[in-house]
Amino acid sequence: MTPELKQRIDNLIKENKIIVFMKGTKLMPMCGFSNNVVQILNTLGVPFETVNVLDDYEIRQGIKEYSNWPTIPQVYINGQFVGGSDIMIELYQKGELQQMVEVALAS
Amino acid sequence: MISPQQIETMIKAELPDAQIHIQDLTGGGDHYQVTVVSSQFAGKGLVQQHQLVYRALQQAMSCEAIHALALKTYTPEAWQNTQ
Repeated sequence: MTPELKQRIDNLIKENKIIVFMKGTKLMPMCGFSNNVVQILNTLGVPFETVNVLDDYEIRQGIKEYSNWPTIPQVYINGQFVGGSDIMIELYQKGELQQMVEVALAS
Repeated sequence: MISPQQIETMIKAELPDAQIHIQDLTGGGDHYQVTVVSSQFAGKGLVQQHQLVYRALQQAMSCEAIHALALKTYTPEAWQNTQ
């Protein structure tokens, strides 16, 4: 990964408390897994940013290497890699996600 | 496309003690739901647990032989608690 790309991803993650790297957009997710993540965050009613990896090949490949995670979507909360759709569902069902986003938004 | 047996073999190569349950969600051999129970997950967070499985399946994931993978990971203790 080029230092420029790493810097770009660093900045995106730093500047947004909750950011989702996904296929499609909030209004039009292009994949069921990305849709799951959007629906969960919508249910929590928290503000979040999204990056459409289908519009940006560099990020699409780069984020996999950056996170050491082979799939999209990927969620970062407060600069921390949280995981993809499966982990988001699990954390949501356990009630832990609510707590994580509250802490992130309060900080 | 990849067979459930191939997935099981790949995961077992990385996690020899794993109990694995594989479901082909569409019948097309590329959308799978996989549940893995292994003692090697003990003391690890969910991200690290999933990373272990992804590493085992790296080859199949990177060439998109597996297009979609829903993953659940449990330690043997955590698995007992779900039963």
